Amino acid sequence: MPDERGHFGPYGGVFVAETLMPAITELNEAYQRYMKDPSFMAELDDDLNHYVGRPSPLYHAQRWSKVLGGAQIYLKREDLNHTGAHKVNNTVGQALLAKRMGKTRIIAETGAGQHGVATATVAARLGLECVVYMGAVDVKRQKLNVYRMKLLGATVIPVESGSRTLKDALNEAMRDWVTNIDDTFYIIGTVAGPHPYPAMVRDFQTIIGREAKQQCQEMTGKLPDALVACVGGGSNAIGLFHPFIDDSSVKIYGVEAAGDGVETGRHSAPLCAGRPGVLHGNRTYLMADDDGEIIETHSISAGLDYPGVGPEHSWLKDIGRVDYVNINDNEALEGFHALTKLEGIIPALESSHALAYTMKLAPTMRHDETIIVSLSGRGDKDMHTMAEREGIQI
Amino acid sequence: MSRLKMRFEALAKSGRKALIPFITAGDPNPDFTVPMLHALVAAGADVIEVGVPFSDPMADGPVIQRASERALEHHIGLSSVLTLVTEFRKKDQLTPIVLMGYLNPIEIMGYEAFANVAQRAEVDGVLTVDLPPEEAEECVALLKARNIDTIFLSAPNSPPERIRKMDALGSGYLYYVSLKGVTGASHLDTENVKRKLAEIRENTDLPIAVGFGIKDAKTAKTISVLADGVVVGSAFIKKIEENLDNVEKVKAEIIALTKSMRQAMDS
Repeated sequence: MPDERGHFGPYGGVFVAETLMPAITELNEAYQRYMKDPSFMAELDDDLNHYVGRPSPLYHAQRWSKVLGGAQIYLKREDLNHTGAHKVNNTVGQALLAKRMGKTRIIAETGAGQHGVATATVAARLGLECVVYMGAVDVKRQKLNVYRMKLLGATVIPVESGSRTLKDALNEAMRDWVTNIDDTFYIIGTVAGPHPYPAMVRDFQTIIGREAKQQCQEMTGKLPDALVACVGGGSNAIGLFHPFIDDSSVKIYGVEAAGDGVETGRHSAPLCAGRPGVLHGNRTYLMADDDGEIIETHSISAGLDYPGVGPEHSWLKDIGRVDYVNINDNEALEGFHALTKLEGIIPALESSHALAYTMKLAPTMRHDETIIVSLSGRGDKDMHTMAEREGIQI
Repeated sequence: MSRLKMRFEALAKSGRKALIPFITAGDPNPDFTVPMLHALVAAGADVIEVGVPFSDPMADGPVIQRASERALEHHIGLSSVLTLVTEFRKKDQLTPIVLMGYLNPIEIMGYEAFANVAQRAEVDGVLTVDLPPEEAEECVALLKARNIDTIFLSAPNSPPERIRKMDALGSGYLYYVSLKGVTGASHLDTENVKRKLAEIRENTDLPIAVGFGIKDAKTAKTISVLADGVVVGSAFIKKIEENLDNVEKVKAEIIALTKSMRQAMDS
């Protein structure tokens, strides 16, 4: 998976305007070539070790596990990566690819700003021009990350069209790419978009699952019994899940954002409450109305506020390998506070969705069973949102 | 024979080129659309591309994006557009109508259901921006069985083998996007268009309509010498946008622009 043209069953594929086709073909050829090129892989490994700070620890959250009174919880600490989230695993990889392809200009879309920061970071290091598209709503709620990107030398362009969130940032980045196709490399931050992005981003993110598998075996002597990760576009989730897909004893849970609650219609949970359609270059589960117009999404977490999801997740849902569940804003906040108070780790609001589901799951499991949770990012960027939500002036 | 094929053959016989206006259905309001389509025909349009509003028009510039947003405020989606075409057909049985839009509305309706409704509405062609030939076979077959043409977009960077794929699957005409960019972009390089059209013609016998960047009688004339048809979109929609509170003025200006293009192309 996927097949030659990027299909995961009926999902994925390449659904883009003709002008992008040659660029996508060029990218696909480069990706296929360099993933088999030992010198490229050695450079990537070196960057992951010395620049990103890998491997990230697998941390046994003993106190939290005890309080929940069930399974042993292990956190895969992607929050400890350089720039504070899993996003950098992918941007380091794609930036190296851009360099090998001779592209001089990098563009990206961002929701919470983590992918934008991770892109601006690698662009600064490689001396590449960087333009980041960000929905105007997100620019407001993630001011700190906007400032970080600017410090790193990126141009941040607020997107005023549509719902002014992540999906609109993606539209605008695609428009930029169509216009500047010769010198520009588009670093997509999640496992969505036209082929080869879903497969390529997955391949750069599976370092999470490969490390976790080895670390878990070293620490517990066996495979984990369950995996939990939040799913917006789904890159940290696929990164953790993918190396375990064939291990049928491992239960896998992907946690979508239920916003105000799936029953209210104000959510970001296409796998739980959407339907298959085509958006941003691939066929996948989406939030769309009967006319096929994309519905506005809602989540306290900007990084999960997206109406689509990576096509491989759609496939994993249909074949029943992964259970997709959802957690609403209030539950996510409980997860956020629990980890902060009990373990001294402030998680990102995105990751808090995975933590909140773990709070439901762990008590139903035995003490000798283990859960690995992807702690995909740290919460520093969310201080403003949290304070506002709780009526505190900083 | 499809209406599009007949129309292009008739034009070729008389040595004229197709003038193909584009307007977004439901912009600035649903009542505007059908009378405007009739007026465009009266002013000299040979084929009309009707834009299906979409929430995420990735290949469009700001002008057509805003047209989509205005139409969506009136809840004009794919099913309403098909109703508008049905209404147009009551008074015009001759002018080919091509729906131009994005794939998701068709996906959600279902390919077969869409093909059936489009046939009933007497739609002549379907141009789906984000449906390249590689993914189009199923949809093309269903439309072809109902005598509806599938029009593909070709671009300045489309290699010959892709043009041949479009030629194999497409019918009616081939749309050539005259520049790398989104709709409504400003520059138009005539020499490049000329060179590329010559290359495309080596790989297809379909009529070629050129769009993106044609904004007045002069550019329409220049392109019509090279191509079989000229598509004009953003230039019309700008007229709508400049006079949102005066629909009559919009209509008069669009008619005037259409006539001036027709005149220039025929001279």
